[in-house]
Amino acid sequence: MREASAPSLAPVDPLIRLSGVSKTFSTGTRAVEAVDLDLMPGEFLSILGPSGCGKSTLLRMIAGLGAPTGGEIQWASGHGGGSRYGTRDLGFVFQDPTLMPWANALDNVALPLILEGAAKREAQAAARDKLALVGLAGFESAYPRELSGGMKMRVSIARGLVTEPSLLLMDEPFAALDEITRHRLNHDLLNVWRDVGFTAVFVTHSVFESVFLSQRIVVMAARPGRIVSTLDVGAPYPRDEMFRTSSSYASLCRQASDQLKTAMGG
Amino acid sequence: MSSPRTAKTTTSDLGPLPTASARSNDRWLKLAAPFLVGIIFLGGWEAAVRIMAIPPYILPTPSRIIETLVSDWPTLAASLRITLAITFSALAAAVVVGGALAILFTQFKWVELALFPYAVILQVTPIVAIAPLIIIWVNDTNLSLLICAWIVAFFPILSNTILGLNSADHNLRNLFELYGATRWQTLRYLRLPAALPYFLAGLKISGGLALIGAVVAEFVAGTGGTASGLAYRILEAQYQLKIPRMFAALTLISLAGVAIFLATSIIAHRLLHRWHESAIKREN
Repeated sequence: MREASAPSLAPVDPLIRLSGVSKTFSTGTRAVEAVDLDLMPGEFLSILGPSGCGKSTLLRMIAGLGAPTGGEIQWASGHGGGSRYGTRDLGFVFQDPTLMPWANALDNVALPLILEGAAKREAQAAARDKLALVGLAGFESAYPRELSGGMKMRVSIARGLVTEPSLLLMDEPFAALDEITRHRLNHDLLNVWRDVGFTAVFVTHSVFESVFLSQRIVVMAARPGRIVSTLDVGAPYPRDEMFRTSSSYASLCRQASDQLKTAMGG
Repeated sequence: MSSPRTAKTTTSDLGPLPTASARSNDRWLKLAAPFLVGIIFLGGWEAAVRIMAIPPYILPTPSRIIETLVSDWPTLAASLRITLAITFSALAAAVVVGGALAILFTQFKWVELALFPYAVILQVTPIVAIAPLIIIWVNDTNLSLLICAWIVAFFPILSNTILGLNSADHNLRNLFELYGATRWQTLRYLRLPAALPYFLAGLKISGGLALIGAVVAEFVAGTGGTASGLAYRILEAQYQLKIPRMFAALTLISLAGVAIFLATSIIAHRLLHRWHESAIKREN
């Protein structure tokens, strides 16, 4: 049972509540320790931390890949039980595009629906919509090797959204891209997020990226992996290049950077 | 969000002209170089035999071998048909049994643990040593030859397919798990496509081995004098000292081997050229 007496800070119930979530690997490494975190419906949250701080492990646990060794992850009723076809109500974007090289963009995006038992025609129609959403209309029959790194990542995001999940988890999706492509994808991701209205959790080790994208930044520290501070980014959307060059952006980046430095014990 | 398309057109604008001419040059060289080597070799052979007046029962000239191929064609063609029939049946059986066993092994670990050692034993035991036994046990000669050729041919397909089924990308496996894929779905949409390049590499090897198995087994069985494939023609020609005919039969076996290799290569290319690194031309 949740403590009913705890004062509710938010006017709405969280989509997901993590309470005391811990993960200790069989090697004894304490990857994640006692994480309390509420994910609010529709928010854009970034998890910022140095490599090895357990942020990816935390994200995977939210996705259901590997159970926590302590604490619990609760979904709001009506979610988590599943999307239309009964799998979890979330999409996941990996660090690599993780596309099937033998399938074209359309079939890659349609995969989650096919796995949920949807008819092929229906799955492909939904996939076509999502490819258009991420700006890849016309590339349906392109194979992954024919696409650039940024385009592959767009396909991967389209696949994450094809089941129309309430929650999209992203694990450093743009870390391997060049800065220009990354900026463009940040910008486009925000537009898609605002259009569709899912809850976004974005893991990154880039201060600038986290400030540009999110409403709330959770800073994690390593050994053991834990949340050390939270930073609210009040800047309104839409955010564009004006925001990226504004002084409020710079000062927020400084704050996030300071918190990260503290987290890393410097 | 229209920029990716522009990016694509730019890259292809840089490409076509030099690539196209380079590609046709490449193809031309690929055909011309081996052809030229062949002509030089055969010309040298013809000349050497004529100049040194080597009798045809030691070494016939290439022209004499071609003559024999034409004059003995009815007999040789019938034998070729038998050898090819055995080879292809054995290869088909190797694909079916090797592929099915590979799937079974990767789906049920205990089956692999129990049976794989025996597959290895079957593979490492020389076929010439098992062939006499099989020929004694199986009454139908063609069937016994088929079994021998199959034993030689199935292992590369089995071991390559197992490797391929197990080499599916780990992130993709996580993705399938995330979306609650069933075992059958994971096999169909992930592991089988991932195994395809490996399977095809095995098929290329097995195609040649099936032919070798068919010929070797017939050499062993041929002493019984019941079969009439190309190996039997070679034995027969040897006893009768019809050396040009031996060479003609040998030529047909070699050509059959080359044809099988080309056919399996073309199949592999057709199936992989859109996506697999092995079938893609490097451009840099």
